[in-house]
Amino acid sequence: MENLFNLFVRSVFIDNMVFAYFLGMCSYLAVSKTVKTSMGLGVAVVFVLLITVPINWLVETYLLKAGALSWLGEGYKDVDLGFLSFIVFIAVIAAIVQLVEMLVEKFSPPLYNALGIFLPLIAVNCAILGAALFMQEREYQSIGEATVYAVGSGVGWWLAIVTLAAIREKIKYSHIPAPLRGLGITFILTGLMAIAFMGFMGIKI
Amino acid sequence: MSDTNQIKKREPLFSAQNIKLLKGPFNDNNPITVQVLGICSALAVTVQMKPAIVMALSVMIVTAFSNLIISIMRNGIPPSIRIIVQLVVIAALVIIVDQLLKAFVYDVSKKLSVFVGLIITNCILMGRLEAFAMANKPWQSFLDGIGNGLGYGLILVVVSFFRELLGYGKILGYQVIPDSFYQAGYVNNGMMILPPMALITVGTIIWIQRSKNRDLIEK
Repeated sequence: MENLFNLFVRSVFIDNMVFAYFLGMCSYLAVSKTVKTSMGLGVAVVFVLLITVPINWLVETYLLKAGALSWLGEGYKDVDLGFLSFIVFIAVIAAIVQLVEMLVEKFSPPLYNALGIFLPLIAVNCAILGAALFMQEREYQSIGEATVYAVGSGVGWWLAIVTLAAIREKIKYSHIPAPLRGLGITFILTGLMAIAFMGFMGIKI
Repeated sequence: MSDTNQIKKREPLFSAQNIKLLKGPFNDNNPITVQVLGICSALAVTVQMKPAIVMALSVMIVTAFSNLIISIMRNGIPPSIRIIVQLVVIAALVIIVDQLLKAFVYDVSKKLSVFVGLIITNCILMGRLEAFAMANKPWQSFLDGIGNGLGYGLILVVVSFFRELLGYGKILGYQVIPDSFYQAGYVNNGMMILPPMALITVGTIIWIQRSKNRDLIEK
């Protein structure tokens, strides 16, 4: 339990998706103009990560890893489908996102109105595939760990985009040198926020 | 393939138009600083020059060939499933690149870790496929892919040059700042190696580029 909590804090603050690994930067920069929309996108990312990472964990453990197919019988013990992981992960993500979109539209129209436009965008968000690949690289031992990691990194991403959007809403009123306006200042802001986040480094609970 | 032959007859292989496709991404149509595509991987691999160059080459190969393949298939792809088709083409190319890197430059491949896989979701690819390859002929699309790959590589190399020089005092792994500097009290800037400085370096590049090229300034 303690281990899981530690993993959660780590993935939110220290291994933050945006500030430490620059994942999901494209939508991070494009959608962070107002707090309201960035809130919607952030929640959608948490939601999709929560579903896709555990599924990809199962796929990885029972289909792709070296020796993962041993449940099929003795003859499959040496099969290693690891090289297929990219294509399988991205297919799983694209399929799940599509499925989630349809299910949410059917069963919860208000949620669909809030997340709807962001869901297709998320299928090609690097943060989602990135989380799956980090899950594979760090070899999480149980599905619990994978899920906690997924939620943690989702929350970290959500936190990052909402804070940036809040700053950008305010910065509209300040006097910025013309060539730095828009993209330039956003980069520098993100850099400064990342420096601030580095203050969390080394925290262990 | 008859399309390519027709172009060859009509205009030279490197007509002014085609050269523009190749050169545009270097400055006023740069994928990173102007189109804001593919930033995710651009920043994470720029601590040293060697991984950055390998990454830039990989991205260039994948953009060029995925553009070419999609452009050849463009009339046969049903619009409703085009994203999946594009993803499959890209993923297949990335797997090839990843296996090649693992086979020939294993140490760099370890350093790039998940970022080779993340080329799949690199927005440059989807962006160029959607915006260019779906509507243009194979040869132009191929050039567009090479051009955008180079434009992306340029930024990667510039950022990693400054980060490696200031952070380690080295270029491509060779010590360039002499020992006498260190004896005189010069210290490497450890901050440059950390992730935040990648963002600030790119921000500065954008600043310089836009003050030279006033058309790019945002309102």
